[in-house]
Amino acid sequence: MSSQNSHERTLTYVAALREAVAQEMERDPRVFVMGLDVDDHKAIQGSTRGLLERFGPERVFGTPLSEDAMTGVAIGAAMAGLRPIHVHIRMDFLLLCMNQLVNVAAKAHYMYGGHVKVPLVVRSMIGRSWGQGAQHSQGLHGLFMHIPGLKVVAPSNAYDAKGSLIAAIRDDNPVIFVEHRQLYPTEAAVPEAPYVIELGQARRCRSGDDVTLVGISQMLRECLVAAELLREIGIAAEVIDPVSLVPLDMATIRTSARRTGRVVVVDNSWTSAGAGAEITAQLAESETGLRLKRLGYAPTPCPTTPSLEAAFYPDPASIAEAAHALLRPGKAWRPDPRHAKLAARQALPPF
Amino acid sequence: MMASVSLEERQRIYRAMQRIRRVEEEVARLYPGDHIKSPVHLSIGQEAVAVGICDPLRAEDIVSITYRGHAAYLAKGGSLPAFMAELYGKDTGSAGGKGGSMHLIDIAHGILGASAVVGTNIPVAAGYALALKREGGGRIVVCFLGDGATEEGVFSESLNFAALKRLPILFVCENNGYAIHAPTSRRWASDELCARVSTYGIPATLLAEGDVLAIRAAAASAYATMRQGGGPAFLECRTYRWREHVGPNEDYDAGYRSRAELEAWQARDQIARLGAALDGRDRDRIDAAIAAEIAAAVAFAEQSPFPGREQLTSDVFAE
Repeated sequence: MSSQNSHERTLTYVAALREAVAQEMERDPRVFVMGLDVDDHKAIQGSTRGLLERFGPERVFGTPLSEDAMTGVAIGAAMAGLRPIHVHIRMDFLLLCMNQLVNVAAKAHYMYGGHVKVPLVVRSMIGRSWGQGAQHSQGLHGLFMHIPGLKVVAPSNAYDAKGSLIAAIRDDNPVIFVEHRQLYPTEAAVPEAPYVIELGQARRCRSGDDVTLVGISQMLRECLVAAELLREIGIAAEVIDPVSLVPLDMATIRTSARRTGRVVVVDNSWTSAGAGAEITAQLAESETGLRLKRLGYAPTPCPTTPSLEAAFYPDPASIAEAAHALLRPGKAWRPDPRHAKLAARQALPPF
Repeated sequence: MMASVSLEERQRIYRAMQRIRRVEEEVARLYPGDHIKSPVHLSIGQEAVAVGICDPLRAEDIVSITYRGHAAYLAKGGSLPAFMAELYGKDTGSAGGKGGSMHLIDIAHGILGASAVVGTNIPVAAGYALALKREGGGRIVVCFLGDGATEEGVFSESLNFAALKRLPILFVCENNGYAIHAPTSRRWASDELCARVSTYGIPATLLAEGDVLAIRAAAASAYATMRQGGGPAFLECRTYRWREHVGPNEDYDAGYRSRAELEAWQARDQIARLGAALDGRDRDRIDAAIAAEIAAAVAFAEQSPFPGREQLTSDVFAE
């Protein structure tokens, strides 16, 4: 994934998602796609484009604005042996699906004594910017991590997006698949042949011995930029992408934490009772002497105006500042924001 | 109606209803002894709906049941020993002791798992019907729901979707007049439930008398249409819950309903009606067979082991 081989094909994140679904639909006639607007001309920002023409309206269909019932429909179809992919253009809309996801999808296999399976993929997008605000931007993966029986995946790059979506489709359990809108145009080398990224395998994206940065979804990219800023002042940051939050590969994170002794977990969500809280709590339970820090959304709803929104999210400068504070407590340092923007060009793709 | 039903059919229908009632009475009898490790929402009084709906079904058809689902579970052919063992919390129960009375399931006999959250089974049943439509083999789904469930948003959402996709599903509202203790008159601005449903383009029929043979005839007619691709249908079956909402007892002293209401329904009890039309020796033979079957199921439940502690963490995820 990391090598820039000219023979390798690059794809955007959105094209990788589309290719994963098309290849799985080709391979397995039980796979189908449903959701609001999956079959219109915008095709969920292109992620479902061409599927209707290729696979027909029985396997690719838009739904009424009935997220609650449509989630139940997907679950029932899954119990009957089909493999639905239910698509939501905003993760916020999953709040309309919670009864079915939490009370049925997550529990059915257990509550019915192993007699049914729910092989369901729920795709949804975290939004950001353009004034999307409080109800069109939320990363709610922490809610789902809380519930036994649900898997939660949040890939940060096109390569993992394709492989983990294929893994999710082939999984016999409900999988909440989290996509960040700002990742859609990002590119990575993506093999054309189908491949599986096993859920529960974290990825070490950059090596370093001084501090561990764990970045979730799009925050992984912010962490890579922060690592570059830290390098400039002589701090070597290791950057880890959990890729999947349930199951969660704590072994990879723990190994890194033991070496660096300092961990900043940066989430695309709030810190309270979330993925960052879970990862740092597990580290605190199993290790001694670590210095831990969580970063995430400000503890407010997401505002729309750019001046407030900029303060709402962690960014490379605030991540680097937090990492620096763990290493050199008492010595305040914060990178220049303009310089942080320049650093992004060096640190980020091609991936 | 009675004359058009053969003796064999009458015996079968009587047996099915009487079997449910006797099972429920046995559950109520056992309940104070603390052998049953589950809240129970008894179906006593509502047997005719479950039997009328399930009798014309084929074995390969599917039913989706509610937390007051003992009657429909048994009427569709769910295993009685597995049912009793599930109530006892035993390893041999329908869900290995992990579901209890409110999450009965018997996939081998076409019974989808019940949900304890009102209305939650409705869209799941519609999704199953979507899969059966794609299968194209003429199988159908029956979705049981209570009058309270018609107030949930998913009811309306599911009706719309079922009509839109012409799904092979019969929605059966067991309207017993109360959501826990709240009568429909305090919950509905209009009791024209069938009129509401029919605006979705779904044929809706009210069966107000609790007549098992009328329910059976209406169901059979709906199934014939549905198997030919005729799309969904809806039946509102008025009925009456004789015991308390949850638990083994009566609750006519609680003040929310009168014993006169019960007596009006008892006067047209379908088990008494069909039983009276049978030869006494036939009826006794049927009753004795039911008693023996129930005794065997209770013994099975009592003698079965509880699941081991290692079962706590099994089946959280499908492997």
